[in-house]
Amino acid sequence: MAACMSANRSENAFSANDLVPEWAQEEVSTGTTIMAVEFDGGVVIGADSRTTTGAYIANRVTDKLTPIHDHIFCCRPGSAADTQAVADAVTYQLGFHSIELDEPPLVQTAANLFKQMCYRYREELMAGIIVAGWDKRKGGQVYTVPMGGMIVRQPVSVGGSGSSYIYGFMDSNYKPGMTKEECLHFCTQALTLAMERDGSSGGVARLAAITEDGVERRVVLGNQLPKFSNV
Amino acid sequence: IKYKKKKKEWQTATTIIAVEFNGGVVLGSDSRVSAGETVVNRVMNKLSLLHDKIYCALSGSAADAQTIAEMVNYQLDVHSIEIGEDPQVRSAATLVKNISYKYKEELSAHLIVAGWDRRGGGQVFVTLNGLLSRQPFAVGGSGSSYVYGFVDAEYQKGMSKEDCQQFVVNTISLAMSRDGSSGGVAYLVTIDEKGAEEKCILGNELPTFYDQ
Repeated sequence: MAACMSANRSENAFSANDLVPEWAQEEVSTGTTIMAVEFDGGVVIGADSRTTTGAYIANRVTDKLTPIHDHIFCCRPGSAADTQAVADAVTYQLGFHSIELDEPPLVQTAANLFKQMCYRYREELMAGIIVAGWDKRKGGQVYTVPMGGMIVRQPVSVGGSGSSYIYGFMDSNYKPGMTKEECLHFCTQALTLAMERDGSSGGVARLAAITEDGVERRVVLGNQLPKFSNV
Repeated sequence: IKYKKKKKEWQTATTIIAVEFNGGVVLGSDSRVSAGETVVNRVMNKLSLLHDKIYCALSGSAADAQTIAEMVNYQLDVHSIEIGEDPQVRSAATLVKNISYKYKEELSAHLIVAGWDRRGGGQVFVTLNGLLSRQPFAVGGSGSSYVYGFVDAEYQKGMSKEDCQQFVVNTISLAMSRDGSSGGVAYLVTIDEKGAEEKCILGNELPTFYDQ
C-alpha cells in the first residue's frame, strides 16, 4: 500500500476486497503541514505528526523531519513513497560527495540534488520538497523544490495540504531578523493554526532548530499548543 | 479551420469577509471577476445591498450570486412594508438561506449576510450550502483558504470599529496577494446604527507585507 503525503491519488489495485477493511483499501495520505524559516545563524523547521488512511489516522506521532546530513534536513509533502525514494538517493549522493570534499556539504548542493532528481523524473514523481539547513558559507538557508523541479531560496516556506490556510498568517507575521526563539514561536503558532483548520494535519508539533552547533529538536504536545481566542 | 472559443462561466472566485463589532458590522471584498484565466471585471463591487442596513457579500458563480441578492432584495422590501419597520438581519439571512437550500443542486454561490438591526445589533450570518449560522466573523470565497490561519490568530473579541476595518483590509490584502482569483481593489462597507458607509481602497493604498 503506497503511502501518500498529500491530496489523494486514487490508484487502487484492489477494489471491493472483503479480506481487508474498507479503510485499509484507501490510499494512505499524510496530508501534511510543514514549514521552514531562516534566521541569522540557522533555520527552524516544523511539521505536524498525522498520517491518515482515508478517515483513519494511521500514525498520530509521525516524525516528518528527515535528516539528510548532519546539518541538513528535508520536509517531504507529496507521495511518501516517491519522496522517501528521492530522499534516500540524495542522502547517499550527499554522503559520498561530503567524503570526497572532506568537509560538510552545502545546503545549496543538497537542494540542487533534489532538484535534479525531481526535474528529471517530473512526470513520474509527485514530490515537493523543502530543504533546510546550515552551512559555513551562507549560514541558515531554506530552499523550496516544488513539483515540477524548480528551485528557489526563500526566507520562509510552507508546504503540504495544511499550508493553504496559513499563507496569510505567514505573510503578515514573518519579519526578517527574528531570533531563534521567535522563529520557534512563529512556527509553533503557524502549525497550530493549520492543524486546527486542516483535517489531514494534526497531532503534535515537531520542531527542529539547526545551527552551527547542531540540531535541537523539540516537541510541542497537543495540550501545550497555543490557543487562539475563538478557536 | 474554425477556432472555437470555449465559453467559461463567470466566477467571482473571490475573497469576502464580514466581522461583527459592538454596534455594527464591517464587510469587505476584493473586486475581481474571472472567466477561466481572463479577468472580465477588475472593479466589481461584490458587496450588495439587501436593505438600508443589511448587506451581503457575493462569492461563487457571479450570475447565481447576483440573482439571489436581487430576489432577496425584493422579498425584503415587501416584508419590511408588511411589518412597517426595518427588517431584522436574521430575516434577510433566512430568505437567502431558503433560496440557497431549495436550489442547492442548481446554484453554486455562497452569500455572507451581515447588517445591523435594533434588536440584535451587528450580526454576521453564513448561508453556505443552505445552512444558517451566526458567527462573530466569517470568510468566504476561494481566497479565504489562505487567510484562515491569519483570521484565527488575529481576531479578538471586542474589537472597535476602526480595528475591525483594519482587520478586514489586512485580510483582503493578504488573500489577494496569494489567490490568483482575487485581486483589484478592496471594497469596504461599515454598517451601524446610523447607516451604511461604503469605501473603496485602491490597489496601491492597500497594506503591504514583507515580500512586497
